[in-house]
Amino acid sequence: MSTEIPLWEIFIRSAHGMSHRHVGSLHAPDAGMAIRNARDVYCRRKEGVSIWVIPTAQVTASDPGRKDALFDAADSKPYRHPTFFDIPEDAGPM
Amino acid sequence: MAQILNRDTALFHFLTRIGDSTLILGHRVSEWCGHSPMLEEDIALANTALDLIGHTRMWLGLAAEVEGKGRSADDLAFLRDSMDFTNLLLVEQPNGDFGQTMMRQLLFDAWHLPYLNALKSFPDPRVAGIAEKATKEVAYHVDRAADLVVRLGDGTHESHTRMQAALDELWPCVGEMFSTDEVDAMLAPDAPKPDRIRDAWDATILPTLARATLAVPATRFTRQGGKTGRHSEHLGHVLAQMQFLQRAYPGATW
Repeated sequence: MSTEIPLWEIFIRSAHGMSHRHVGSLHAPDAGMAIRNARDVYCRRKEGVSIWVIPTAQVTASDPGRKDALFDAADSKPYRHPTFFDIPEDAGPM
Repeated sequence: MAQILNRDTALFHFLTRIGDSTLILGHRVSEWCGHSPMLEEDIALANTALDLIGHTRMWLGLAAEVEGKGRSADDLAFLRDSMDFTNLLLVEQPNGDFGQTMMRQLLFDAWHLPYLNALKSFPDPRVAGIAEKATKEVAYHVDRAADLVVRLGDGTHESHTRMQAALDELWPCVGEMFSTDEVDAMLAPDAPKPDRIRDAWDATILPTLARATLAVPATRFTRQGGKTGRHSEHLGHVLAQMQFLQRAYPGATW
């Protein structure tokens, strides 16, 4: 029975102004119930102010076998991080 | 209730009735822990049980304070016998299948929410404060129970048949929620008005049952007695399990 119930990816926004973050996945027959289940599974301790649910089947993931081509090309290129710039004090916290 | 009622003793009984109902229902729902149809439901039911036990701590804690005999909420929960429990008969009914549990929950929640809403304007701020806190959780309970009752009632032939059977089974326990006696009379005009609670209950239940394609039972038969300590056979079994530890090892703490 449980194998027939679709999986949903759950995203919670912890506070206004923050982004929704992926917190996990759960089963539910439809989006409305996925929201309810997410409330019960992930929001008992004031974790969030907003919930998004996405059918797991709708997520397109990168191919783990293509890891080298996708990601390794960025190895040993730390200069791509903008950490070498002096930030003027006037700019405030970045 | 052999004692002569005054406003304080009436308030004690009034608070104990609410606290006993949330305690016994909380315990009943907690029996699902580890046995639910799926993990998500298991967590949701455990949350509901915990909400109700949390309310119980507040109601019975205040009842003990009002009584002023040095008893605690734990004493009231674990050291009284079934004839001293004054919960509604509805909440001690067995869980049955998952559908029956959700039907019992909906019938109770649809009473619980307007009842708490009415108590928000109770003149004793301690009562109003508890009602205020509990209302938010109970609003979600109604929402969730109604959703599941509609899904199961308007689901498969099997689930529909089970939900109708659950409704027929539990229906005689409905009337007791709207009955009043000398305890409520002593607290009038502050106690919730049964007619208003019934109207609010109907406004939740009737459309929900219609959406669930379930027929309102025709019987007018009403079982009563829970509020005065005359219970069905089921409560004794609930207490035997719930109170076992304190009975076997008096004063045990951990």
